Amino acid sequence: MPHVTVRDVSKRYPGLTALDHVSLDVYDGEYVSIIGPSGCGKTTLLRCIAGIIEPDEGEISVDGRPLIGVPPEERNIGYVFQDYALFPHMNVKENASYGPRVKGFSNRRIRNIANETLEMVKLSERSEARPNELSGGAKQKLGLARAIGSAPSLLLLDEPLGSLDASVRLNLRVELRRLAKELGLTAIHVTHDQEEAMSISDRLVIMRSGSVVEVGKPQDLYLNPQKIFTANFLGEANFLRGTVTTTANEGMTLDVQGERLEIPWRDIPKDVIVAIRPQFVQVSKPEKAPEGWGGRIVDKAFLGDATRFELELDNGLKVTARMPWLGQDVELDVGDETITKFQKDKILTFPHPTGGLESELSTG
Amino acid sequence: MPSIQMTNVTKRFKDIQALDRVSLNIQNGEYVCILGPTGSGKTTLLRLIAGLTSPDSGKLTIDERPVDTLEPEDRGVAYVPQQYALFPHLTVLENVAFSPLARGHGRSEAYETARKVLRMVKLASREGALPHELSGGMQQRVALARGIASGASLLLLDEPLGALDARLRMELRIELRRMMKNLSLTVIHVTHDQEEAMTIADTIVVLKDGTVQQIGSPFHIYQDPTSIFVANFVGGSNFLPGVVAKTERAASIVELSEGIRIRVVDRSYHRGESVIVTVRREATTLTSHANAKENGVPARVKNVSFLGSFVEYGAVLDNRETVISKIPTSLVADSRLPFEIDDRVFVIMNPEDCKLFSSPPLGLANDLETF
Repeated sequence: MPHVTVRDVSKRYPGLTALDHVSLDVYDGEYVSIIGPSGCGKTTLLRCIAGIIEPDEGEISVDGRPLIGVPPEERNIGYVFQDYALFPHMNVKENASYGPRVKGFSNRRIRNIANETLEMVKLSERSEARPNELSGGAKQKLGLARAIGSAPSLLLLDEPLGSLDASVRLNLRVELRRLAKELGLTAIHVTHDQEEAMSISDRLVIMRSGSVVEVGKPQDLYLNPQKIFTANFLGEANFLRGTVTTTANEGMTLDVQGERLEIPWRDIPKDVIVAIRPQFVQVSKPEKAPEGWGGRIVDKAFLGDATRFELELDNGLKVTARMPWLGQDVELDVGDETITKFQKDKILTFPHPTGGLESELSTG
Repeated sequence: MPSIQMTNVTKRFKDIQALDRVSLNIQNGEYVCILGPTGSGKTTLLRLIAGLTSPDSGKLTIDERPVDTLEPEDRGVAYVPQQYALFPHLTVLENVAFSPLARGHGRSEAYETARKVLRMVKLASREGALPHELSGGMQQRVALARGIASGASLLLLDEPLGALDARLRMELRIELRRMMKNLSLTVIHVTHDQEEAMTIADTIVVLKDGTVQQIGSPFHIYQDPTSIFVANFVGGSNFLPGVVAKTERAASIVELSEGIRIRVVDRSYHRGESVIVTVRREATTLTSHANAKENGVPARVKNVSFLGSFVEYGAVLDNRETVISKIPTSLVADSRLPFEIDDRVFVIMNPEDCKLFSSPPLGLANDLETF
């Protein structure tokens, strides 16, 4: 049974359609992230679910009833803000007590909940501190403690890690998922960070220009996206124009700007866009790989867990490759002649978009 | 042609030691990233070089001339602060053309320069907009364009990609480096994002609590971190406390709690010494069968997260320590992940990829703290 149901919701502002007939189900206990470029409507959608914004059309219900018109203290929602929104004049413990206090719980129960939630986010030792004495990461842990203190069944998180240092973000995102799962909460998390979304979510909702582009599990959307926009937005990809030349029982051959590309058979039109993620592009020296596309390395960057290469192929195509860490420096350098191959089971194909490739890729 | 020398530069603000004896050489044409957590002194360092504040002690020279003898306009420095102060009543184009105009360039030349730079930062289509009509990320790119158009040969950038969406940040990292190299500028770029620093920099300066932790190329810093802090902050690692049980000809055997033994190709410590074994997450892997030569340690899968390029597993050893293992997605067939939660596995940590650090006196957690 879905916990949150969004049906055909639209929201318009003067000169802007923030949400355009959006429908979505979030199931009980699920951790779902809504992701898309700035201005795609993800925050508006979250606020509509919270009952803060009223849609122009459509219906939203949480646990079977709409939240519009329900007083905040009766909504069973915890909300975590990007900028923490802590009460500056209250100490850590008082902030953590706020939720249960608004709910009208007894003093004893309020105290217990505050102790418990601060314990969960590992802030018990700072309970007397004021928010301005805390680091960014600790502030957001407190924001989270306060949100779960009102014993919600639904946790809404609006760019909760957006203001934090990269290293703090990595630690805290693990905590977010752990807490939501331990408490059996349904969580909806808005972010523009692809890796963050993929790493913590059961499912992702990809949005663009007020519409839902695609919904699915992180690995399915990453490895098998149905839309060009998803392939591009959720991690990088090389996009190449191709034409089907021959089709056999099990495989087919494409012409990609004069080079042959063999792919497993699939039902596709003649004109296609071939997409391949940089980490599925294999680069080697010609003496080590007899077959593939010739070219050379024009740029190389060491990234730690991988090395990134920019290649210029003999047919004029530019391709990015990413080779995973191998324990030592990769023996390939700028200027080297190379042979490039694509990992066969990771080649994606899409019908050539009628509006052109550029508009499909635009993340602006 | 700027080169920068800092020797023992110290700066205090009341009770905060912002910079503590920082020494640093920056070559002409180098792209340097100053990397550290919030409060590590990065911005102070940048402001010192910009001449916006002066050191309490120590020496700072630009092209072998002490910075305080140089007039601001003679320094050839453009400082792009994190809070980009654009002229609100000027259009994007006018903002970017402001500095070339102020330097006495003709109108058409200044506008041509501005347009060229706006194309570089992918804002050519918004040249007629006013700053308030732009998103934070776009305003940040205008500020960057203004810095480049100023004609300075030394660019000081404070979190220049901080206000951008993750996606645009990734694209602009590579673009930014290419731009600066094409223009032969010397750049000092402050960031808290290690991935950003790794992607862009020729040289990374890791700062913590106002002191330099390590200086080197991205490869060098990643491959040979000199402290637990750097090994953790740059690239991430696993850290397993243990005691050297035995030293052999080319390796040490470290015993973790519960009698777990790990072979490490590192003989820097004596038998009986407390050490921390570190191994990069991407240098470990999980298998369903053991191989003692590769340190196959039994474990149970505790969590799985899909990161795109990698699948990240958390595996709990019998001594309840967790090892995080990053497996390249290129090894994943279709979209079926190789292991699931609660699977019994072996964690493989190749002895050549393991490294030892001395056990920190204030505890491991203290060295791993990044705030």
